[in-house]
Amino acid sequence: MSVEDEKTEFPTTVDLAAEYESSGVAEILQELDDELIGLEPVKQRIRETAALLLVDKARKSMGLSHETPTLHMSFSGNPGTGKTTVALKIAGLLHRLGYVRKGHLVSVTRDDLVGQYIGHTAPKTKEVLKRAMGGVLFIDEAYYLYRPDNERDYGQEAIEILLQIMENNRDDLVVVMAGYADKMDKFFSANPGFRSRIAHHIEFPDYLDKELIEISEMMLAEQNYEFDNGGRKAMVEYIDLRRKQPHFANARSIRNALDRARLRQANRLFTDVKGPLDAKTLSTVTEADMRSSRVFSGGLDVDRLVHTGEKK
Amino acid sequence: MRITQGCFSFLPDLDDVQISAQMEYILSKGWAIAIEYTDDPHPRNTFWNMWGHPMFDLKDPKGAMMELDDCRKLHGDDYIRILAFDDTSGVESVTMSFIVNRPKEEPTIHMQRTDIVDRAQRYAWDVRK
Repeated sequence: MSVEDEKTEFPTTVDLAAEYESSGVAEILQELDDELIGLEPVKQRIRETAALLLVDKARKSMGLSHETPTLHMSFSGNPGTGKTTVALKIAGLLHRLGYVRKGHLVSVTRDDLVGQYIGHTAPKTKEVLKRAMGGVLFIDEAYYLYRPDNERDYGQEAIEILLQIMENNRDDLVVVMAGYADKMDKFFSANPGFRSRIAHHIEFPDYLDKELIEISEMMLAEQNYEFDNGGRKAMVEYIDLRRKQPHFANARSIRNALDRARLRQANRLFTDVKGPLDAKTLSTVTEADMRSSRVFSGGLDVDRLVHTGEKK
Repeated sequence: MRITQGCFSFLPDLDDVQISAQMEYILSKGWAIAIEYTDDPHPRNTFWNMWGHPMFDLKDPKGAMMELDDCRKLHGDDYIRILAFDDTSGVESVTMSFIVNRPKEEPTIHMQRTDIVDRAQRYAWDVRK
């Protein structure tokens, strides 16, 4: 006796608020608000998508006809703006709503998908897809898949396999592609098949200065550090200066800066401070730790010291 | 003759939904899924041909079902079986093995009796199409 033989009773009304609570979506959206600073347009879009999927699920439970919505997404933005972090959260969200079966995230770049010789690409891409089934496949710097200038490039094969999977296995896999906004645009215009398969294009704006300060305080707090007043002021100036210098990577630059600050703090404590140290001294990042950064003296252009006699 | 080797072999053929459910069970135990095929179903033939490597990093049966479909395309008229491998230290063995595909015409197992010394008997089996 198969399941279709039984007569299913559909409910006639549905309480969306109750569904919202019971599905665990509220929890994830709350986590999103708490853990990610800024990113208002992203959070808004995610809330809207969650509402759509919740309503879709409710309609399905009432027996209304529906087909699986397309969930593939494209994240465009500068490095360090939280694309991978949000992809992870989305994987959890989709899992709670029942749109992906397992909710794990497989994060790949071009090299994981494209082979080095003829016949290498298809098995490589298939391996990745096998692992990603039931979850979310996150392709970082997706535009590198397409290299029209090099005729010995096998990225096109990977693109074709992906397009097919994205269309035929929408129940099994959600694909999220990420990268710089302008390069993604170029990629999509060269491969229109992708644009038509991607339902949600989400922009990740650069963080504002005050958001970066909040992020730096959060990162320090996670490791039980904190700024003193001088340190915080120096950090504000640091962010302002660093942003104008090349290769600024938003939150990632902040994390690197804090790591270096902790290094300097450790050295300062080691050489300067005599006698026993309490936990507070060990956990405070002072102005001196921040000020000695090269950012304040012109920047990171000089990646290494030029030796005498060496041409720059 | 319907070869009865492995789990579920006395049941009617498993359909894709049931195979997927079994794979789900295997993954829930943290075991790896492997696919093997052969055209020789002799009971002493333990080493079947491997179809790809055992899949240790799967989270969902769909990946293994994709491989199974590929195997069926090439070896649709052979025996194909799914194995579950437990790689826990100290165990490192196959924990489940069930046939998921059979040829349309299954061979018969023929028994040969041989008199060895006087009337002592030796039995041997071979597979005959």
